Formats: sequence, C-alpha cells, structure tokens
Amino acid sequence: MNTIYLDNNATTQVAPQVLEEMFPYLRDFYGNPSSMHTFGGQLHKKIEEARERVAQLLGAEPEEIIFTSCGTESDNTAIMSAAESFPQKKHIITTRVEHPAVLSFCKHLARKGYRITFLPVNNQGQLNIDDLIKVIADDTAVVSVMFANNEIGNIFPIHQVGEILRDRKVLFHTDAVQAVGKIPIDTKKLPVDMLSLSGHKLHAPKGIGALYVRKKTRFNPYLIGGHQEKGRRAGTENVASIIALGKACELAMKDIEKESAFLSRLRDKLEQALLKSSSDTRINGDVTSRLPNTSNISFEYVEGEAILLRLNEYGICASSGSACTSGSLEPSHVLRAIGVPFTAIHGSIRFSLSRYNTEEEIDKVIEIVPGIIKDLRMLSPFGRDKLSGTLKCP
Amino acid sequence: MWDYTDKVREFFLNPKNIGEVENPDGVGDVGSIVCGDALRLTLRIDKETNRITDAKFQTFGCASAIASSSALTELIKGKTVDEALKVTNQDIADFLGGLPKEKMHCSVMGREALEAAVANYKGIPVTIEEEGKLVCKCFNVTEEKIRKVAIENHLTTVDEVTDFTKAGGGCGECKPEIEEILRDIWSLKTPEKPSAPKKLTNLQKIALIQEIIEREIRPGLQADGGDIELIDIDGNKVAVALRGMCTGCVMSGVTLEGIQSKLRELVSDGIVVEAQ
Repeated sequence: MNTIYLDNNATTQVAPQVLEEMFPYLRDFYGNPSSMHTFGGQLHKKIEEARERVAQLLGAEPEEIIFTSCGTESDNTAIMSAAESFPQKKHIITTRVEHPAVLSFCKHLARKGYRITFLPVNNQGQLNIDDLIKVIADDTAVVSVMFANNEIGNIFPIHQVGEILRDRKVLFHTDAVQAVGKIPIDTKKLPVDMLSLSGHKLHAPKGIGALYVRKKTRFNPYLIGGHQEKGRRAGTENVASIIALGKACELAMKDIEKESAFLSRLRDKLEQALLKSSSDTRINGDVTSRLPNTSNISFEYVEGEAILLRLNEYGICASSGSACTSGSLEPSHVLRAIGVPFTAIHGSIRFSLSRYNTEEEIDKVIEIVPGIIKDLRMLSPFGRDKLSGTLKCP
Repeated sequence: MWDYTDKVREFFLNPKNIGEVENPDGVGDVGSIVCGDALRLTLRIDKETNRITDAKFQTFGCASAIASSSALTELIKGKTVDEALKVTNQDIADFLGGLPKEKMHCSVMGREALEAAVANYKGIPVTIEEEGKLVCKCFNVTEEKIRKVAIENHLTTVDEVTDFTKAGGGCGECKPEIEEILRDIWSLKTPEKPSAPKKLTNLQKIALIQEIIEREIRPGLQADGGDIELIDIDGNKVAVALRGMCTGCVMSGVTLEGIQSKLRELVSDGIVVEAQ
C-alpha cells in the first residue's frame, strides 16, 4: 500500500537533493569544523555556505542566522534572550494559539515571576491589533507572535504587528516554523527582530533549526559552552544537517511561488470536494489568509481519532485536534481559542500538503473520506437523526 | 500513536452489533458529544428468563471507545441480566487483549452504559451522573463515580483515576479533591509533613555548615580547579571566600547561589551566603 502523506505540518519528507547533499558529511567528512587540521577545518566553509543559503531565503545577512537544533530551541532561545537582555522588564506578550514551544515556555516563565499576556484571537483565528496595543507596557520585554499557525494555517499580520512594536521599541520575535519555505519572507522589509525556523518542516531532516537575529539586536545565548556560532550557540555544529538546511532553503526559494500555487490548488480542490460530499462539515480558520498547504476540516458527530485510524487503513496520513489524539484529555487549544464548538473540535482533521503530493493522491483521498465519515456516522448515536438531546456538558 | 491490540483494531474496523435494537427493553445512554465520547446501548431481554437475547450499540468516540462498546455487546449477549451485571470494565478491556491505560475510561463507559440499560429495563429511574457531588467540572464526574471506579479497579493514584474516569484530565483543579477521596477510600492518613529540623545550637550549626562545605561542596569546586574557604558564620550569615579558578570566574555568582541553596536545604531556610 502506498502512503499518501498529508501531514506535512507535522514533518516533511527529506528532499532527495537535500539527502544527497548532506550524505558525504555523515559518511566521509566527519571532522569537527573547529579543528586545526584541514580535514575538519574545511567544513567551516560549508557551514558558512549553508548560512548564506538560509539567509537568502529570509532576505537576511548571513551573520544574522544562528543554527540551532530545532524550532523549539530557536523559540526558547529568542524569548530567553529577550528576557535576559532586559532583566528589569518582566512582561511578555504572546497569543493563545502559539505552538507549545512558545506557549509552554511562557507558562514556565510565568512560574518564575513573569507577567504573561496571552492575546485572544477571533473566531477566524485572527489577532485584534488594538488588543495588542492596549497591553504593551513599559516593562514589556518581548512580543512573540507566530507567523502562521500550525493547526489551521492562519497567517498573522506580522508586518503590522512589527511596525507597532518598532514604534514602541519593543523586541519582536515570530515563530515562523510553519511559514518559512511556504510563503515568501523578506526580513529586509519585515520589521521583526528574531524569527525561528525548523528544518524538518521544509524538507530538511529533523534536528536542525535556525534563529534569525537582526543585527544590533541584544542577544544572550541559551546554550553556553564552546565558541561555536560566534558564541551565540554552543555545541559542536551538526554539520551534515546544517548543509541539508542550506540546500532545503535553496530549493524552497527557487520554486516558492510556483509551489504555493500548486499547493493551494490541490488544497482547495480537496477542501471543496470534502465539503460537498459530507454534510455538517466546516472549515476552521481564516480562509482569506492561510498557508497554501493547510486545511483544517471538522466533520460533526464523529471523532477525529476514529477518522485518522480509518484513513490509516488506506495509508492516508493526517492529524486531528481531537482530545483522543493529543495524549491529554483536552482537545486542541487552537480550535478552542477560535471558538470552534466542542462537537466540531472532536471531529477535526488537518490535511497539510507538500510539493511531493500529486493530483492522483488528492483524488484518492476525495474518493475515500466520504465513505469513512458516513460509516462512522452510522456508528454514532448523534450521526443519524437525533442530533439534539444530550448535548449539555460544560 | 496508541498501542492498540489487534483485537481492538479488529473491533474498531469491523465492529459487531452496530445500531439499535427495535423496540428495546432496556436503553442506556452515557457520555455526551461535548465531552468527546458517548454510547447508546439498546437491549432486547426475554422477560421470562431475564436473558439478554440481543444487544446493539452506537458510539461517538475514538477507536477504543468503539471497540469497547462492541466488545461489551459481545460479552453480554446470551447472559441473564444478573450475569451480565457481573461484567466489569476490566472484563471488557481483557476481552480486547488490554487497552492503553489512558484509554481505560472507554471500558468504564461500557460498564456504565450496561448499568444504565439494566436500570432502564428494571424501571429504576436512576442516572448516576446527576447524583452525588460534582468533582471534575470539565468532564462532569461525580464523587460517587470516582469512588465506585476506584474501588472496582483498585486505583490508588490521581493519574489512574484520570485514566479510568477522565476526572482531573481537564483543568486539573479537582486533583487535590480526588487525592482526598482516594485517601478516604484506602483509609490512608494525610502524610505528615516532615517535622521541622530541631533547633540547632550555634555550635551545632557551625559544625554542620563546616561539614557540608567539606563533604558536599568543596569536592565539586576542586574538580573544576576552584576551592572555597569558610571565613565566618554570624547567625544566618555565612561568609566564604572563593579560591583558585573560582576567583573572578563569571559563573561564581551561580556557584554561590548553589552553595546557599544547599545550605538552606540541609541546615536552615534563612541562610545567606556572602563572598568576601
């Protein structure tokens, strides 16, 4: 059975060109770039090449790029750096729909005495800029707003937020893990101070990320040790993966417009077909400002885990915001924050596409999903006709 | 991904006894769509023999909820009502070759639906959910249910109660209350707080601080080429001097804090360490 992989916001396939480019650095050139001998020392140049490629994708200068181990490390580093740079400032602003890499870290800081404002979003998942302006305080150390949401794909008004913060001289970090490589980002025009990205979301391997830090931004390292990354991130460089990330960024940059058009066409086709073929189905999020590859659909009266495991039988990979799939008993914090009714959260499915998906795959999914939904609704006490009744639960 | 047994998978992909018995003799409705799982069990019961001749289910929920419901119907078909009531949630889980512990609440839901359907058959207008004090407000779980499930399944920790009933799995505010209930069930006493360390005389305190610095702190510093010297102890103020590599080290502030927290832990809360 062929796998139909529609879970690219979770992780992506390593691009064949990326794998090819990194492989010699795992097998043959295993030296340490800090070494005095050529065998190791020559790798330094390769790292700098990769840095240039990453910088290019972001419209940045190479020295503005710090390699990290993952998106989470980039996010944690950015927020911690801001906090340590302004030790007298004890206020942090973020949103309710951030990835746990930001959300949980802010909650962690709250336990250490920080005041955290978690901005609400509307039922499209969008920020109200006035809400932000109102909560900025003299002791706001940093504002962290994601570029695009991982679950619903919403793109946030980063440019607008950045301008407001720049006027007020407040540091601005954006978690762009889901956006980099999917939509064009130019830090020359975008008023952000720090930006996180993760390799495995754009066809590089897992275990590599980067943090963009605008020149002249105060910075404090998170990992302390050796002099790597000019003392901004200690630890022997993950040479092969850094090279891989560089290649992945180059590939993304080359085709970003074409790919975006391709993805949104397939995504829209899938979405429209599923809305049409199953009743009581809704799209979650802001369809007017969304990543081209993401679709979050709720099928009422059925439960997400059940849908996923039925899809799994056909080799179709997706994910869900339902409680049963989260490992906790609470359903998706993002869907709750945007006010999706609980009944619809339980049956939410996220399809996230990549350049490696094909029209045939999408057609196959369009063919299979309605049967699964119908089948599970037949099983459900709410699926047939008695849709009212026991619907009260706080 | 959950580690489901083949039997769970089989009963999820090809569930038996789906739907509703026509003109049922007993109906059990438990759970709700808002909470994430719900089960409607319908029974046909031979009134002469009290035997369950047919059982069907409809479930809104995850794979293990569907499999548990289907397993329940298989377990009770052909049994008398009294025999059926002996089927426990553990029997449902065992029938499926086990459930992940976080999913045990699915088997509990099956057992509850059975009780509700039998009560309905017997004409007892009891709904357990509405009785008793509400403990978990996120998932509508009463104290009575927690007690019942905890006793039946020998649950001793709050996490186990959450796995079996969902109680405590939302905001978590009711966790202390659940712990209290468990203590009461297993008649455990509230663990006494460790008694405050005895008041030390000044001489004892000085000796203790000296000993801790020698035994616990110096070896670590010396390993890094540093050292520490105890200069003076005045009440709770402990004056030390850092030596060797520690002198002028940027991390010395961290080191001092570490020493202070160690002394606070082992000697007295009020200790303040100062470098000379």
